[in-house]
Amino acid sequence: MPSVTMTVNGMERSGTVEGRTLLVDFLREHLGLTGTHIGCDTSQCGACVVHVNGTSVKSCTCLAAQADGAEVTTIEGLANGTELHPMQEAFREHHGLQCGFCTPGMVMSAVDLASRNADPSEHEVREWLEGNLCRCTGYHNIVTAVRAGAKAMGGGS
Amino acid sequence: MSANGSGIGASVKRKEDNRFLTGRGRYTDDINLPGQLYGHILRSPVAHANIGGIDTSAAEAAPGVHAVFTGKDMEGVGGIPTGWLIHSKDGSPMVEPAHPALALGKVRYVGDCVAIVVAESREQAKEAANLVEVDYQELPAVASIEAAEAEGAAAVFDEASNNVCYDWEVGDRAATDAAFDEATHVVSIDVVNNRLIPNAIEPRAAIANYDPATGDYTLYTTSQNPHLVRLLLGAFVLGLPEHKLRIVAPDVGGGFGSKIPHYAEEAILTWTAGQLGRPVKWTCERIDAFKSDTHGRDHISTARLALDADGTFLGLHVSTKANLGAYLSTFATCVPTYLYGILFAGPYTTPAVYCEVKSFFTNTVPVDALRGAGRPEATYLLERLVEKAAVELGMDRVEIRRKNFIREFPYQTPVALQYDLGDYDATLDLALEASDWAGFEARRAESAARGKCRGIGISTFIEACGIAPSAVVGSLGARAGLYESGSVRVHPTGSVSVFTGTHSHGQGHETTFAQIVSDMLGVDFDAVDVVHGDSAKIPFGMGTYGSRSLAVGGTAIYLAVEKVIEKGKKIAAHLLEAAVEDIEFENGSFTVAGTDRSKSIGEVALTAYVPHNYPEGLEPGLEETAFYDPLNFTFPAGTHIAEVEVDPETGEVDVVAVTGADDVGRVINPMIVAGQLHGGLAHGIGQALLEECLYQEDGQLQTGSYLDYTMPRAADLPSFSINHNTTLCTHNPLGVKGVGEVGSIGVPPAVINAVIDALRPLGVNDMAMPATSQRVWQAIQQAQG
Repeated sequence: MPSVTMTVNGMERSGTVEGRTLLVDFLREHLGLTGTHIGCDTSQCGACVVHVNGTSVKSCTCLAAQADGAEVTTIEGLANGTELHPMQEAFREHHGLQCGFCTPGMVMSAVDLASRNADPSEHEVREWLEGNLCRCTGYHNIVTAVRAGAKAMGGGS
Repeated sequence: MSANGSGIGASVKRKEDNRFLTGRGRYTDDINLPGQLYGHILRSPVAHANIGGIDTSAAEAAPGVHAVFTGKDMEGVGGIPTGWLIHSKDGSPMVEPAHPALALGKVRYVGDCVAIVVAESREQAKEAANLVEVDYQELPAVASIEAAEAEGAAAVFDEASNNVCYDWEVGDRAATDAAFDEATHVVSIDVVNNRLIPNAIEPRAAIANYDPATGDYTLYTTSQNPHLVRLLLGAFVLGLPEHKLRIVAPDVGGGFGSKIPHYAEEAILTWTAGQLGRPVKWTCERIDAFKSDTHGRDHISTARLALDADGTFLGLHVSTKANLGAYLSTFATCVPTYLYGILFAGPYTTPAVYCEVKSFFTNTVPVDALRGAGRPEATYLLERLVEKAAVELGMDRVEIRRKNFIREFPYQTPVALQYDLGDYDATLDLALEASDWAGFEARRAESAARGKCRGIGISTFIEACGIAPSAVVGSLGARAGLYESGSVRVHPTGSVSVFTGTHSHGQGHETTFAQIVSDMLGVDFDAVDVVHGDSAKIPFGMGTYGSRSLAVGGTAIYLAVEKVIEKGKKIAAHLLEAAVEDIEFENGSFTVAGTDRSKSIGEVALTAYVPHNYPEGLEPGLEETAFYDPLNFTFPAGTHIAEVEVDPETGEVDVVAVTGADDVGRVINPMIVAGQLHGGLAHGIGQALLEECLYQEDGQLQTGSYLDYTMPRAADLPSFSINHNTTLCTHNPLGVKGVGEVGSIGVPPAVINAVIDALRPLGVNDMAMPATSQRVWQAIQQAQG
């Protein structure tokens, strides 16, 4: 079985995986990073979005082996200690989450958008989030949160 | 009660958000127990078959496999029970067939549980399941209401003649017939309420453990009502006493009704853990969730409205056929009856109402509650019919509603309910203004100039939440009480733990309930924590469904706090050397009336736990429990208005504006209430425009993944305009009603009425849900000839 090494949330992590092991399973089962969720099996829901080398990726569509040597950031790695990331803070401030299950994927996806577009329009946010399903919020407050979070990030990440 | 920065009425940020935003939520699949094994549920690939035999030998010999169990192994275990006994018109009880947790002799839907394979790893269990040989001897399937009632249809159960479970009625048929005899106008409508798949984003999961040292079972499960699961699983299925069965529903990623039922998998897992003496974990894959989470809706109805010459409603007659699926799920039988038929007065003074419902077994996934549960089906039918009446009589569609509104309360409807209070004109006026109803024709003209058809639709509705009281629902067939418990423990240093039998899976109870307690006790919001979801920690509970948590569970907490204050007064009176009657409690201080002598709640709490100087005969401690059984349902009401733009070339419907004007009773946290409304509206728009569960005739599920079943996405929806007019519920002390289901109840008919309004100039006068681009385009083509 291949061994993989990647930098996850700033720390080098290694493990032995099967060739078929998905990145999301490596994160959840091997590293215990259960903040990344699995909501479907067809890469539709987006609950598993993480960043691989700074870009949002559905970790259920990526083999752990493909992330060998990569920089991976999960929802657990976003805050600076006890200080929430501006996008996390915006979701809290604008009630952009209810049950919290889609939230890690939503936040990671939104951070990627905000790093590309510091002031996305409502339309741009809604289009960007087409790969993230939420059943609780009706997206209304998520859209508000993403726009506010993007402004707070000021084009950074 | 006085509103403070974090008290009742404040948009306090949620306590639960920090853990969810940092990836530290603890959902069932995040939990792992030492030594756990993994279970894979083998499901039937066919809708209806006799099981000729099952050969598990190859699977048992596969790597890592510990055991394979089938229905025969569980034969002595009780079946999965249902929670409500319905009686038919003739007084006979419904047909209630056995529902073995693992299929015994027969499978009845694609997804029916056939075997559990338990192995060291998830992958090993899944792979070994492929090696289980099942001899399915296929039988003809009935996959729809039409098929179930057809002449010579296959029988889902031998004991259910013509596949009928019950044939129920409510209301006065003779009075309704008489109303039609006197009517000037009769307007009729046929509607289908499309079958939906709930799709909480967290798939169901469970881990069961058995401790041979104590004989204790623990089940972690994705449930909206852990105590209810304990009751059903313990008392009816496994025969375990409550003190030996602990149910934990930790963070749960959305429910929408689909996590109410006690599911077969919960029984299979718990029993298997007992057999093996090891924890067993199961997580449902989405593809299995589509064919095993209970589905919702699925009605076919025909209705007639009798009106006099000036548009006053005289009578309403409704005939509905409902699909219950292959087995009776927990609340399956009451959803199309006591949560449906009794809603047909709506907000109107219709003096005679009659509703009959015939419910059928089919070879499909069991149907149970889904956000709104019966009330969306009733509201959709009624508001489509009222709209049609306005068009046929040439009346203004707002005025026909206003003309028939109930304005005197309490109001006894002809279908059992008694509304305590409402102001339907106020929410209607609010919605008309917020949506700029008056300016619509200008917007229609502007759209027309761009080649688009614009329409506006309205729905005025009531709903019934917090189903109760227990004695009444019991007389109607409920097999459980519908009260709630709340406990308030003031700790020695003045912080507070609140225990509720309701369960939060997104609704924000940890925040809302803490606001109530913080406000009432005058303690800091951060000093109050709410505990839910664990039968070992909470005295009892009936859980969360039917928008009951605040009205029923919140009231139980309110009453427990009142008891705490009463006891605190006795302690304070002793410390202050005053009479108990002279002690007043406000803002966290017990004060001798008319003086500045007082003791804080913290001082009183410390005294209660260090009772050195203490009233004689009073128990130490400061902790109280209350059980609250409501006197009545609560009756939220409102008006929803949808505005759509249809592209006649493609049939695409764009929802351009949605306005809600709602009366949900007292609002504890406006931010959370708005969020609940948003979610319900999205669910309702999903039903109206996108979502539809389809079965093939042979019972194969056609819409079995997110590739085939259209979930509302961000770009499908607009932002929402949320407005409130509040009347306080008269029979609970907080004056609260309920909000979680309002959107999915009120908005579907508004959307469809808007689509029809947009297309009427093209000759389209009817539209089914979901109004997909294909369906709309075809309707336009047909109308244009």
